Amino acid sequence: MTLKHVLIPALPLAAFIINILFGKAILRTKAHWIALIGVAGSFLCSLSALSGVLSGHIVNEDLFTWITSGSFKVSVGFLIDPLTAVMLIVVNTVSLLVHIYSIGYMHGDKGYYRFFAFLSLFTFSMLMLVMGNNFLQMYFGWEAVGLCSYFLIGFWYYKKSAADAAKKAFIVNRFGDFGFGLGVILIFLTFGSLHYSDVFKNPAAFAGQTIMICGHSFNLITVIALLLFCGAVGKSAQLPLHVWLPDAMEGPTPVSALIHAATMVTAGVFMVARTNSIFVLSPTAMAVVAVTGGVTAIFAATIALVQKDIKRIIAYSTVSQLGYMFVACGVGAFSAGIFHLYTHAFFKALLFLGAGSVIHAMEGEQDINMMGGLKKHMPVTYLTMLLASLSISGVPGLSGFFSKDEILWMAYAHGGGIGKFVYLLGAITALLTAFYSFRLIYVTFHGGFRGGHDKEHHLHESPQSMTLPLIALALGAVAAGYVGIPHILGGHDSFAHFLAPVVGEAEAHGSLSQEWFVMISSIVIAITGILAAYYFYIKNTKIPEGIAKNFSPIYKILFNKYYVDEIYDVLIVKPAYWFSGAVINKITDAIVIEGVVNGLPTIVEWFSRRLRKIQTGIVLHYSMFMAAGMFILLILILSKLYTGRF
Amino acid sequence: MDYSHSLLSAIIFLPVFGGLFLFVIGRENKAVIKGIALLVTVLDFLLSLPLFIKFDKAASSMQFVEHYKWIPTFDISYYVGVDGISILMVLLSTLTAILCTLVSWNAIKDKVKEFYISLLLVEGFMIGVFCSLDMFLFYIFWEAMLIPMYLIIGVWGGPKRIYAAIKFFLYTLIGSVLMLVAIIALYLHTGTFDIVKLMSMALPYKMQIVLFWAFFAAFAVKVPMFPVHTWLPDAHTEAPAAGSVFLAAILIKMGAYGFLRFSLPLFPDASRAIAPFMTVLSVIAIIYGGIICFSQTDLKRLIAYSSVSHMGFVTLGIFALNSQGIQGGILQMINHGVVTGAMFLAIGMVYERTHTRQISDYGGLADVMPIFAAFFMLFTLAAIGLPGTNGFVGEFLIILGGFTANKTAGVFAATGIIIGAVYMLNLYQKIFFTGVNEGIKGLKDLTIREIVTLIPLIVLVFWIGFYPNAFLSFMDVSVGKLIVRVSADSLKAVLNVAVVH
Repeated sequence: MTLKHVLIPALPLAAFIINILFGKAILRTKAHWIALIGVAGSFLCSLSALSGVLSGHIVNEDLFTWITSGSFKVSVGFLIDPLTAVMLIVVNTVSLLVHIYSIGYMHGDKGYYRFFAFLSLFTFSMLMLVMGNNFLQMYFGWEAVGLCSYFLIGFWYYKKSAADAAKKAFIVNRFGDFGFGLGVILIFLTFGSLHYSDVFKNPAAFAGQTIMICGHSFNLITVIALLLFCGAVGKSAQLPLHVWLPDAMEGPTPVSALIHAATMVTAGVFMVARTNSIFVLSPTAMAVVAVTGGVTAIFAATIALVQKDIKRIIAYSTVSQLGYMFVACGVGAFSAGIFHLYTHAFFKALLFLGAGSVIHAMEGEQDINMMGGLKKHMPVTYLTMLLASLSISGVPGLSGFFSKDEILWMAYAHGGGIGKFVYLLGAITALLTAFYSFRLIYVTFHGGFRGGHDKEHHLHESPQSMTLPLIALALGAVAAGYVGIPHILGGHDSFAHFLAPVVGEAEAHGSLSQEWFVMISSIVIAITGILAAYYFYIKNTKIPEGIAKNFSPIYKILFNKYYVDEIYDVLIVKPAYWFSGAVINKITDAIVIEGVVNGLPTIVEWFSRRLRKIQTGIVLHYSMFMAAGMFILLILILSKLYTGRF
Repeated sequence: MDYSHSLLSAIIFLPVFGGLFLFVIGRENKAVIKGIALLVTVLDFLLSLPLFIKFDKAASSMQFVEHYKWIPTFDISYYVGVDGISILMVLLSTLTAILCTLVSWNAIKDKVKEFYISLLLVEGFMIGVFCSLDMFLFYIFWEAMLIPMYLIIGVWGGPKRIYAAIKFFLYTLIGSVLMLVAIIALYLHTGTFDIVKLMSMALPYKMQIVLFWAFFAAFAVKVPMFPVHTWLPDAHTEAPAAGSVFLAAILIKMGAYGFLRFSLPLFPDASRAIAPFMTVLSVIAIIYGGIICFSQTDLKRLIAYSSVSHMGFVTLGIFALNSQGIQGGILQMINHGVVTGAMFLAIGMVYERTHTRQISDYGGLADVMPIFAAFFMLFTLAAIGLPGTNGFVGEFLIILGGFTANKTAGVFAATGIIIGAVYMLNLYQKIFFTGVNEGIKGLKDLTIREIVTLIPLIVLVFWIGFYPNAFLSFMDVSVGKLIVRVSADSLKAVLNVAVVH
């Protein structure tokens, strides 16, 4: 391992330490320089690492031993293989652009240095997550990105909603980590090591083993895979742990772009792809992954249809797109999942940063109904967001088209009911995606401005530090997919081949004509969705209101996100607090335990009081009596035992 | 000069004599008294550093041993020494004592002289407990420590201090009495108070069981294990900051230490037999102590209950009876001392400014005291076991060990990581975020003295978090030996009965 590999995470870490220590007093408004140098250096090193991997140079080395206890031993070390290389590029590219964007976006904020410090810390953590060569280091990165997410969602901590959202994100993720942590432990007990090279050597040897849990026997590999997947469900905001991600939009928008769209939330997909050799041994686990992904995809897409907050629409879109990635993993097409992760990073980060640009111009307003006609005021933002929306909708020729089509085809060609089922969910979701994406574009940028005259005067395009990252990401949203053009379109599917040594090659059970059918129907679906949005929000704007009125129960359910938060509140949060306050604190601890445990001294005290007739009022006296009495009693009992029976 | 042959005695008795020396100082010389107390604690800490450096990690026997006849008629001797299990506790004690002195600097205004006498005596006796290799000596230190501790709570505590102090005293006394009986029974049976000798003897199984329970009474109360934990919230809440820190960091560790030093090696067969029961109690403590935190309105009470939960992890690890569990348990004893000790120090600092422990009286402290907020955040992260902090290493090893021993227990214990995050982050939000509460406006941020008090603990949080082997390596051999002892075949008890008789 050379210095450049260590520098990849070390530079952002150094930037964090410098900024957190000296940012407030010395660097202040120049804090971004330290952070920029850190991430830019890390970016260059990861480019070099990528070129190393491309020329066949795979790194897997330990840095130092982290924990040793008996037979348990785990190191801190790095693994740089094709999968890691892709993640390094995704993380560092988006992170670098978000850093640049934030210079303009966060300008004048009183926590400026703090913001950049945490961006650096996040970048470090995410890099540790993807570069680790063992499960515990992944867990370290996993929790550390969650912590940064907590800090950055709650960046404006004086707002209660922000502080609540941050806490919620952390705690909901802990539910997932509960499973992940147990999965890691079970991996150690099964394989005797947590290092990938040991675990992935031959997991098939453990395929038939079972584990007893509460008197029932389960397939060991399935249990491990599902426990790991719990973590992925939390981090990647899949049902039923998706509730934290929309609330996470309380954080500054660059954070939403970096953490809650492009990188951290995709860690779950990365984890499943990284552990693919375990998952493929368990058809049950694979089915769970595919169905969770498919159901989440359509579930979140329906919510996105009716939301008014520009960031929440994109947030639900993210949940939905992450669902696609899990569909890919669940049907064994791990490279397709990572491919979508990679293209999604560009167009989704772009959508968020574009939304940030809009919010910046709107002076904090996030309701799209208060916007309209922005395209003439902010042409760069409009054009780049339009490209991102075309890309996510799956319009041919753009990045999103290639990756999404790959997933749908792999699902379709998976064979069996699960594949067809998730294909159907994915296809419907594609229609919804095109529709809500263009609803956002039309309502925000077309028509007339609805925010009042005062605001209209202030509308302006964002500064260059913000628009340049938009343009750079737009290039990615358009062209990033060209590394993975499928054979059917005359390409080489290079992306899948690159990843094949790590994640294997998926099998497609389908004919060429079926592949054409899937591709053409996705194109038709995308265009239908866009046209429908055009008809509803440009041509005939009365229709949406009419639908909302006529189908008001459905509209309400969707607008209130299926009331999942409310259900959790009633089923989990309230009972937990009630149990704690009314049962444990008031009754069990204060009455039952205190009563029983204090009972003995109380009785002794009562006796001693009777015996003495005179109350000294000093409890110590009673206690001495009690102690002496018990002492004699025990000596008697014990000596009896000792002399009599032993 | 090689002074290591009397090093432990020096560490034990320097604070004791320092405390006695304070008697002759006039009570009006408060600065002198504080100065001497600080000097003594710092010197004691410096004296304990050679332990850390000279300790032979590869040796399985006791080190720095001093053995003198004391009451030959009863084979009682002054016998001290440390192994990999106790050495870290000694170091933690000497460090904690300095911090307790510093945090009391301005907080204690009445009876300053008596306070520092008590504080130094507690320190000396605590270290004595961890070093004693003679049952009789151990018992003397164990009981002697109670008196100054009782005074610290009862004299310098909050409004309900008398109630809390008596409750503390009664609970621990009942436990101790049973232990004394057990010690005498052991002596009558074996003819010795020598712990090292006892560790290689095999007692009859039935006797092991009876004595296990007698020692259990003393140790379980100290830990405190569910359901004998209710003295702890009261004692913590009413004790002054230094008292809470001593309680959290050292005193309640004596219970867990007792299990490791006596219950496991002296009654290995009983320990194995009773381990499932102990595991159940531990898991209950983890969950029960955590959930009850949700509804606490008093800052110190919340941290006290969280101690019950964290100590549940410790006993779970110990009674997993495997390497990861016990090493994790010992490490978690240190971790809990560092983190909860730090929390009580921090709370003491802010209490000195506001004179309120009600969580609802706070809010927005991050704006008013940003440095304090940063420190408290780091300790919160350690408390919820974030990787990179000491809390993670301890909890992970314990859950790993616990899961290995009993899957169901491991699963239930792991819920502790969710519960812990809920109450700690809730607490943090209520105190530091949201709007600035009227009552805390204009508070001064931490002083240099206060920052200096907290920094050693931050260093430990990350040191143990990123390089736990620096600490785990101390206990490796001793824990290995303990495991061999406790996992020996169950026939041993039957076969060796004759040997002892």
